[in-house]
Amino acid sequence: MPNAHDMLFRTLADPTRRAIFERLCREGEQTVAALTARSGVSQPAVSKHLGLLKRAKLVRDRHEGRQTHYSAQLNALAPLIDWTSQMTGFWQSRFDQLEDLLKRMDQ
Amino acid sequence: MNQQAIETRSVVVEREFAFPPEKLWRALTQPHLIEEWLMKNDFKPNVGHHFNLRGDWGGVLDCEVLAIEPNKTLSYTWNFAHDDAAYNLTSVVTFTLTATGTGTHLRMEQSGFRADQPKAFGGAKFGWQKFLENLDQLLARND
Repeated sequence: MPNAHDMLFRTLADPTRRAIFERLCREGEQTVAALTARSGVSQPAVSKHLGLLKRAKLVRDRHEGRQTHYSAQLNALAPLIDWTSQMTGFWQSRFDQLEDLLKRMDQ
Repeated sequence: MNQQAIETRSVVVEREFAFPPEKLWRALTQPHLIEEWLMKNDFKPNVGHHFNLRGDWGGVLDCEVLAIEPNKTLSYTWNFAHDDAAYNLTSVVTFTLTATGTGTHLRMEQSGFRADQPKAFGGAKFGWQKFLENLDQLLARND
């Protein structure tokens, strides 16, 4: 388990790689070309990042003709998704909303 | 992950607000205000009152008021029943308000998660988004 953790953290520690992964999470399956178009780095660089994401089992590739489509594999994050941190995030965002509400309320 | 993990766990979130306890208390106990920052609800400030919190994601939480001390403490159950036991959640939420010189310190403690309940309450749909927001924080902590 610690090794799986290390690999996930190392893989996601790079901001460009993390941005690619987050985009796949948000927007679903995409080709290398589509990912490159908005990543601000070269296609070989994007491919290298995808290779590392794949090694960490964070993405899966699917070949279709000459195109390779990548999709995020959220299951790979299971070791990291700690229920308590999810809930902490939930309450922190609710506290933000509470603060906004208090500012709007009459005294 | 932790072999010593016992049956239950808790989450604590604390914040200081620049408003008096009385104002926070209204936001915590008046249904139309609760809805604005938390969820749709039929809350009533009476011990033993059963109510529901209805989330945007379609989930409905079963709640019962356990303790009320105006402007100081509010506690209720926060349970989520699901056919799949892995999604079941039984917990208690307790808000504690403490007046400070400049406002109110609000402490929220949610306790009662079982360590083997990773999928509870909305699971991926709900938690994933938060996870992304917390990712940087998690990564920083791992250094």
